[in-house]
Amino acid sequence: MKVRVTVTLKAGVLDPQGKAIEGALKGLGFAGVEGARQGKIIDLILAETSADAARATVTDMCEKLLANTVIENYHIDILG
Amino acid sequence: MRSAVVLFPGSNRDHDMVKALASVTGHTPTVVWHQDSTLPDVDLIVLPGGFSYGDYLRCGAIAARSPAMLDVAKKAAAGVRVLGVCNGFQILTEAGLLPGALMRNAHLRFVCKEVKLEVANADTDFTRAYSKGQVVRCPVAHHDGNYFADAETLARLEGDGRVAFRYAEGTNPNGSVNDIAGILNDAGNVLGMMPHPENLIEALHGGLDGRGLFESVAKTLAA
Repeated sequence: MKVRVTVTLKAGVLDPQGKAIEGALKGLGFAGVEGARQGKIIDLILAETSADAARATVTDMCEKLLANTVIENYHIDILG
Repeated sequence: MRSAVVLFPGSNRDHDMVKALASVTGHTPTVVWHQDSTLPDVDLIVLPGGFSYGDYLRCGAIAARSPAMLDVAKKAAAGVRVLGVCNGFQILTEAGLLPGALMRNAHLRFVCKEVKLEVANADTDFTRAYSKGQVVRCPVAHHDGNYFADAETLARLEGDGRVAFRYAEGTNPNGSVNDIAGILNDAGNVLGMMPHPENLIEALHGGLDGRGLFESVAKTLAA
């Protein structure tokens, strides 16, 4: 089973890389960019076949390693 | 004072730390590989600077989950002094032994220079050889030293005197909230700091300002 974890910075946490991207987009002349936030995607291939069980396991993985919940949120998508 | 330095793949300040500890305490520390699940009985455990695991995932994230760190957590809970410098500070926050997180420097650049540190609390196991408000020299070298914690955590750190070091006014090199350079855990036996006191230990370094930190721990243990 393929599972995608998306990790993003929490609202209110300064994201200097997002700011730099925003500035570069503006520099290229893209009008109307009101913000940019950078995150990361982690794709996992699991032997598990049950989506519920996979979600539970990946939630545990996120809490223990994949995200730093002091500053980051995570989102889990079961890709099948 | 017996000490141990934990070595991770990608640590690079371990030799400096070993030399500093040997120079100040007179005892050469034991170097422990991160895969060792039991550390020797020592008075001080040090997590040195560097780029453990290439800073993959997040700085210190992988190292914080190594077998040695489980024992560091156990020993810290039992009251053993633990010092994390630079990457070591990042590892301590990732391991949950210190609150908050260290983020990319606000200006996005790697910073390698000397800063001025103000001793914010001289009544700690790691700072008692200094005096409160004393400003000391200390080098920094990092890309991710921008300390962040939520408002509630910050209020607790400040209220309980757990900010050990601050960047002196106008010298904050990374955007850290409240100019925080080093913090203690609740019990006061774990210190994490971004600057490198181990690099200002002998005359050849150009100064001796870093010795006070190690002398403080030795003084605490001798008392």
